[in-house]
Amino acid sequence: MDKILKMVAQRLALGVGTLFVVSLIIFGAVQLLPGDLAEAILGQAATEETVAAFRRELQLDLPAHERYLNWLFGILQGDLGRSLANQREISELIGKRLLNTLFLAGMAAAISVPLAVTLGVLAALYRNSFFDRMVNMATLTTISFPEFFVAYILVLILAVNIGMFPSISNVSSDLDFWDRVYRSFLPALTLTLVVVAHMMRMTRAAIINLLASPYIEMASLKGIKRARIITHHALPNALSPIINVIVINLAFLIVGVVIVEVVFVYPGLGQLMVDSVSKRDIPVVQACSLIFAATYVLLNLTADILSILSNPRLMHPR
Amino acid sequence: MTSSKKGDVLLVMRDLRIEGQADEKWHEIVRGIDLTLRRGEVLGLIGESGAGKSTIGIAGMGFTRPGCRFSSGTVTFDGIELTGAPEETKRRLRGSRIAYVAQSAAASFNPAHKLIKQFAEAPVQHGVLNAGQAAKDAVDIYRRLQMPEPDTIGFRYPHQVSGGQLQRAMVAMAMACKPDLIVFDEPTTALDVTTQIEVLAAIKDIVHQFNTAAIYITHDLAVVAQLADRIMVLRHGKLIEEGETRAMLAHPKEAYTGQLLAVRSYRRDEFPPSQDDPPLLEVRGISAGYGPLIKVLDDVSVKIGHKRTVAVVGESGSGKSTLARVITGLLPPYQGEILFKGQALPPSYKNRTKDQLRQVQMIYQMPDVALNPKQRVRDEIGRPLEFYLGMDAAARERRVKELLEMIELPAEFAERLPGELSGGQKQRICIARALAAEPELIICDEVTSALDQLVAEEILKLLQRLQDDLKVSYLFITHDLATVKAISDEIVVMLQGRVVQQGGKNAVLTPPHHEYTELLLSSVPEMDPDWLDDLLAKRAS
Repeated sequence: MDKILKMVAQRLALGVGTLFVVSLIIFGAVQLLPGDLAEAILGQAATEETVAAFRRELQLDLPAHERYLNWLFGILQGDLGRSLANQREISELIGKRLLNTLFLAGMAAAISVPLAVTLGVLAALYRNSFFDRMVNMATLTTISFPEFFVAYILVLILAVNIGMFPSISNVSSDLDFWDRVYRSFLPALTLTLVVVAHMMRMTRAAIINLLASPYIEMASLKGIKRARIITHHALPNALSPIINVIVINLAFLIVGVVIVEVVFVYPGLGQLMVDSVSKRDIPVVQACSLIFAATYVLLNLTADILSILSNPRLMHPR
Repeated sequence: MTSSKKGDVLLVMRDLRIEGQADEKWHEIVRGIDLTLRRGEVLGLIGESGAGKSTIGIAGMGFTRPGCRFSSGTVTFDGIELTGAPEETKRRLRGSRIAYVAQSAAASFNPAHKLIKQFAEAPVQHGVLNAGQAAKDAVDIYRRLQMPEPDTIGFRYPHQVSGGQLQRAMVAMAMACKPDLIVFDEPTTALDVTTQIEVLAAIKDIVHQFNTAAIYITHDLAVVAQLADRIMVLRHGKLIEEGETRAMLAHPKEAYTGQLLAVRSYRRDEFPPSQDDPPLLEVRGISAGYGPLIKVLDDVSVKIGHKRTVAVVGESGSGKSTLARVITGLLPPYQGEILFKGQALPPSYKNRTKDQLRQVQMIYQMPDVALNPKQRVRDEIGRPLEFYLGMDAAARERRVKELLEMIELPAEFAERLPGELSGGQKQRICIARALAAEPELIICDEVTSALDQLVAEEILKLLQRLQDDLKVSYLFITHDLATVKAISDEIVVMLQGRVVQQGGKNAVLTPPHHEYTELLLSSVPEMDPDWLDDLLAKRAS
């Protein structure tokens, strides 16, 4: 256990280092964005003096490295700064939306992960059967279409034609849990369709990869049923690659949902970021990017820890 | 169980034929085998690789490996015909009434589960015992097999026990449902001789205690002689000879059986020690290891004279191969020095001159992986000619032909890819590649271990002839004492990174020995069927 704690500490330190580098890249990239907030807000007609005064007030006239350091120290003290567009605290602006995004991602994950692993195990069990081919084809089809296309098809069928679910997911904090689930269903389903193929195929491949192992032959020669061989002998040894793919997809569910959020007008972080980019609201863009990066780092750390927990060689050294 | 005729017939194979698929075609790999096994009887199946013995063994469970199929004939276990039986019928028999013990326990235990869970799986799944009873049984059988800490060893994972213990745990697992028949598929081949004895004794003891019938598959006649009531000699999927163990060992009917019996008899005399000074290679006080903590070699000193063969023997983990890595400069030692003809060699190969590199060449255990599968024999042998000797294309062509002649292969082989060669031929190519550099010392790292015994003997003879012709010296690393007896002038016995005994072959092999040398020597199975019993009785007293 000590070893694991030590490893977690090491990875966390590495993660902080990664985030520092990422913060540099984000800041640099944002500097490269064309356009200027002052001009965007004040409009073409503004005089040069007004623009200069506006910039001074928002400290946009400071050199880049000073602005970066100000930003960095602010973050270290838990202060993400203020939105340039409406002067509100960014933490307040982001807080609710982050929760919305996590709710949607969590819901999509709760559907897609068990579904993908089950389908993967079944496809490996009935390898090359009709079922296997159907599952492969269906999941490949859904992953092959762009997300917005899948989203609109679902809206057309489930919202417009059948009218089962709302086409706009306007969730707010005063909704109760099930109402929230109901309104978030279409975006969650869209995300599920997008990520399930990857995870399902990895599960299937990781299991099939092990089926030629001597211990699988041994299990057959012990008279163990095929389903049990797959679930008790192959799956535990295939966990590491499966966990890694699941985590990559979870990260995608959190940071890659921009398009789906836009289609369903879902008030999540992705929407906020897109809006902020178009408004040149740089501190908000930076804060969102940093949160996304932190998500990736944390999820990958989780994957590493789970991989170790699933490997008896590392858990129980000689 | 000395009388093999007791008991009812348990397993019968009639004109069994099994085909394997290769290059989109079906080839017969078992060609009409008849076999009868009675309850409580132990039958030995013996032959070289490719004889089909393993395929026949698992066919006794109605099982064929992927890419193989029954083409005709029958396998009848206790009245149930298995080749045409539904999968469910066979599944119910496997593990409960017929069990299997595989060659590599390390690969055949599931790394994700504890030993006792894997022991209990078959009896619980077959509904023979509940989990609690199975756990109790496991401890009982672990104790009978004399495993250390029988009460707790089952709660370890496979990687937490040693190779010999793991192999015994697998025998225990096969015993879990008290089957009528166990198929042992080379269960001791991957073990050191000293460990092999423990496992052989355990197997012999347990099949007696439970009166279990067994098929024992091996390529080593001396091993099977200790266990089997009856032996079938197989070659290319056909029966060569069948008979009672003692009768067959005393009077083999077929020439091939005679060859197998004689395989360990090759032996040459020790050459008188050369008086050259300085010796060709001298290793002085070497300590080496991997990382700062793991010391694999501890103060090792070895001398190799001109045209001498020095054999380094020891179990796996004794540091033999590490010594080779130090001499070749792949692993610079912590301390000590390496002198070649009295001149110190730089510790790392990176600092050695091309000529220093040329003088020490290596031949490896696995010819399969030591040859680049995409290079033809000509390029394989030609590379050192170009690199060390700077030969042009025409000179190389001539020299490759000469070298092929030296290793007794026809000149056309220059065109072949490694995939088109047999194991023995590949090892010959590796020898030619080492010779191409015109070295004075060749390090042979377990060069015969991966080969069948008859092929291995040919390689040893070839190496001997080359030494006579070319005056090259060998450092021969091996765990096989028969090889040592055959080819060496001097013997270095290693244990846990130290040299425990060294000297001329005759001196080391004649008593009094160091006690570890004695243990190694006495652990090599002999053809005498009473050898194991006698040895165990002697050690117990």
